[in-house]
Amino acid sequence: MLHGMSFSVSHGEALLVRGENGIGKTSLLRCISGLQAPKSGSIELSQTLAYAAHVDGIKGSLSVMENLQFWSHIYGGSNPKPALETYNLSDFAQRPAGNLSAGQKRRLGLARLLVTGAKLWVLDEPTVSLDAKNVLLFLRVLKDHLDGGGAAVLSSHIDLNIKMKAIDLINFKALKSDGNFEFMELLE
Amino acid sequence: MIKLFWRDVTLAVRSGGGFGLALIFFLIVVVLVPFAIGSDQIMLSKVAPGVLWLGALLACLLSLDRVFGLDFEDGTLDLLATSPIPLEGVYLAKVAAHWLTTGLPLTLAAPIYGLLFNLDFEVRQLLFLSLLFGTPALSLIGSFGSSLVLGVKRGGLLLSLLVLPLYIPTLIFGAQVARSAAIGQNFEVPLVLISIVSLITLAILPFAAAAALRINLR
Repeated sequence: MLHGMSFSVSHGEALLVRGENGIGKTSLLRCISGLQAPKSGSIELSQTLAYAAHVDGIKGSLSVMENLQFWSHIYGGSNPKPALETYNLSDFAQRPAGNLSAGQKRRLGLARLLVTGAKLWVLDEPTVSLDAKNVLLFLRVLKDHLDGGGAAVLSSHIDLNIKMKAIDLINFKALKSDGNFEFMELLE
Repeated sequence: MIKLFWRDVTLAVRSGGGFGLALIFFLIVVVLVPFAIGSDQIMLSKVAPGVLWLGALLACLLSLDRVFGLDFEDGTLDLLATSPIPLEGVYLAKVAAHWLTTGLPLTLAAPIYGLLFNLDFEVRQLLFLSLLFGTPALSLIGSFGSSLVLGVKRGGLLLSLLVLPLYIPTLIFGAQVARSAAIGQNFEVPLVLISIVSLITLAILPFAAAAALRINLR
């Protein structure tokens, strides 16, 4: 599907993968996270990564807190409370996660990234089902993550108002020829 | 890994987890047998060990497609695969949880259900022992089957077809242990053999299951 691709993302950088449906955004992100193997070439990671996709891996019969606690233990046991507060989920902490709305579930899925403590976030459409206010909240968290030395590779349909590298899979050939990424200069 | 194990146990015990389903299914199978083959005491006590083993084995099948199926559907498996835990560890945690919520209850229930067939204490004791050493193999083989049929719509039926033939050695040795007391044979040899089946599957299947998961997650 995609070929001849080469890029790197380092500390404090985010890379936005754009392109129409079915062009290979998800495949690229799954390759980076190791769920899929590239046909040829290699992917080198120097950090642990946290992957988040269209479905959030939330267990409906566990409470919001239990869901986060589980992931925090898997990744080495940071306190899930600050993550809940960041995404305004503290009021729902004891509620079964199955009762949350789609947007709240997505926020819980994003809060999971914070408890993993992973430096590299690989996010497939992280803003789906978030309202405008929460997209801003997510961007603030993402910016904090980058400022703290983290990195992110994400795909999104909507324009995210944050300064980051972008790679356009539609115009991929053009980008490849000069070997540079187009820089999106947007509002901050 | 231990956290994953406890999470799976919690999920199984909470509403909608299907805990207890296997036990009730097992009871119903056992109760149906006299209706099918008649109420002749002597004949029933002859077939009872085998019937109890077969019932436990079938009851074990019920919850197998959930072992990996649920986590696959809601995306948890993707997240686990990208987490620091190796997939072999994920498999072992899930097998342990499945055994604790299915294999162990069946093992404890079988000697009690044995009372329905008027089985001697000694036979019921051996039935318990054989299930204790045999059910881990059922969970190990079954969970491996579950990892194979991921992503197949209505995989439950396919899973049964895959797993049942693989259960044959366990069934042969297990029922042999339980029967041996009744027919006056040595029970130690089949008991050792059934333990060997459990240990061999424990040694090999984590790697096979992890490979199957990797292929199915692509």
